[in-house]
Amino acid sequence: MDIFLQQLANGLTIGSMFALVALGYTMVYGVMKLINFAHGDMVAASAFVGLTVYTQVMGQATSLAAVVVIFLLTAAIMACVGIVLERVAYRPLREAPRLSAVVSALGASLVIQNGIMLIWGPRMKIFPELVPQVYWDLGGVVISLIQVLILGLSLVLMVGLYLFVEKTRMGAAVRASSIDQDAARLMGINVNSIIALIFIIGSSLGAIGGLFIGLYYRGITFNMGWQYGLYAFIAAILGGIGNIPGAMLGGMLLGLFNAFIAGYVSSTWADAFTFILLIVILIVRPTGLLGERVAEKV
Amino acid sequence: MSEREVFFEIKDLEVSYGSIDAIKGISLEVRKGEIVTILGANGAGKTTTMRTISQLLKAKAGSIMFKGVDLTKVPAHKIVSMGVSQSPEGRRVFGILTVEENLLLGAYTQKKVNRETLKWVYELFPRLEERRKQLAGTLSGGEQQMLAIGRALMSDPEVLLLDEPSLGLAPILVKAIFKQIREIANKGVTVLLVEQNAKAALQLADRGYVLDVGKIVLTGTSAELLASEKVQEAYLGKKH
Ligand SMILES: Nc1ncnc2c1ncn2[C@@H]1O[C@H](COP(=O)(O)OP(=O)(O)OP(=O)(O)O)[C@@H](O)[C@H]1O
Ligand SMILES: [Mg+2]
Repeated sequence: MDIFLQQLANGLTIGSMFALVALGYTMVYGVMKLINFAHGDMVAASAFVGLTVYTQVMGQATSLAAVVVIFLLTAAIMACVGIVLERVAYRPLREAPRLSAVVSALGASLVIQNGIMLIWGPRMKIFPELVPQVYWDLGGVVISLIQVLILGLSLVLMVGLYLFVEKTRMGAAVRASSIDQDAARLMGINVNSIIALIFIIGSSLGAIGGLFIGLYYRGITFNMGWQYGLYAFIAAILGGIGNIPGAMLGGMLLGLFNAFIAGYVSSTWADAFTFILLIVILIVRPTGLLGERVAEKV
Repeated sequence: MSEREVFFEIKDLEVSYGSIDAIKGISLEVRKGEIVTILGANGAGKTTTMRTISQLLKAKAGSIMFKGVDLTKVPAHKIVSMGVSQSPEGRRVFGILTVEENLLLGAYTQKKVNRETLKWVYELFPRLEERRKQLAGTLSGGEQQMLAIGRALMSDPEVLLLDEPSLGLAPILVKAIFKQIREIANKGVTVLLVEQNAKAALQLADRGYVLDVGKIVLTGTSAELLASEKVQEAYLGKKH
């Protein structure tokens, strides 16, 4: 029972990180029908940017205010990088065949990864201890302040995003653009700005995910975006790519699944089982758990 | 009718897809409050013209003047707020959104949704009000057409572009929808109607243009076109 609850807590923590990153994949796919392979590397870059903001800008301060500023500044910087990425790597290929955009995405991924290596070096860096090491022992289950923070903040961000997309005028424009771009233009929606907005939101959520990864795992490497990106990508597919609540659900489930495999089987098997899970789900439900929503009527 | 001011005018418009010229220099004019129809067979270039007016396609040459502005110089998303909105070929309703969400998106450029317009759209097409909460993709073809027209009206346009509203509809439904188009025009909205269904279109419209492989080959009042041998042979299935 203790193992169960402990792994539940761990699973929800890593699940929220997967979910935050998965949202970036799914939102871009929703509007552009493109897998932004560079997203994982953007997430990795965020951890390094956060590290530099901490040392260079904040003078290694760890007060609550300082941590808030580190988060906001990192998210803002990555949002700008996201806008540039879209302009440079994707917009020129909007009308080109799909494969060109995929190649461009892979290229962008390599550029960002190598960029991190050039700026911060190839060796592992240790992410600062921005959050005090506080633990609570709840009858055999140990929960840290970091875990509570990650889960809490992720939930707030996800609920906020959901309300934005479902309840606001601009959210409606995002949904319209992901259904039919030309029809959206006929409504007077500036689809280019919506795409920029998607990259801003996706990159800043990914940035927060990257900071969480740094806070939680501490060791950050230039190529870690590949691994976390892949997990988040799987989470997005699991929930139904293009579907925002799907990415949240997929991320959480994948985190829990991973934690339970690590807890009951062995952490070395977690990756293998994750892929088996993905394959099984795709066989049973090719469009993912929440699927691409289609209102069919011929 | 001919005394009214021309406030929408296409001049020497050329549009191409890569090396294929789809519109080869057409000119037409529309006066305030008119219903003007563009007739033509499959592939004549009707949809290309409509998409170019809304700037979903960029013209290669020529101009589209509306209230003193050349629309070919305006980005697509600004066309609606200029007063020109379109119900596109194939309806293109947002299938996974509700009927009402579709209508509200039609008013996207408005600072505030015009409740009067929404009421009017529901009066024109009571079906839509009954099905407000239903997903647009589950509507019948005719209902989707009503929704596409209603959605285009939500921005309070001065010019309404309709691309084949009769497509795939039973004759009785075509009649009902065309009656409402007349109603819309009576409210002062100028209508540019693209149709293959020449008979229904000419019964409704004041004037018409006949488009054939990217060129205008005939123009006149609806009565003139209905009487013309060319139109009768090509579009009304009558042999002389
Ligand atoms: N995306 C495209 N790429 C290349 N050629 C195109 C494209 N769209 C249309 N065309 C060509 O342009 C010409 C005009 O097409 P358009 O769709 O404007 O015709 P239409 O009059 O609307 O026909 P219909 O009555 O069948 O809707 C056709 O020859 C068509 O093949
Ligand atoms: Mg057409």
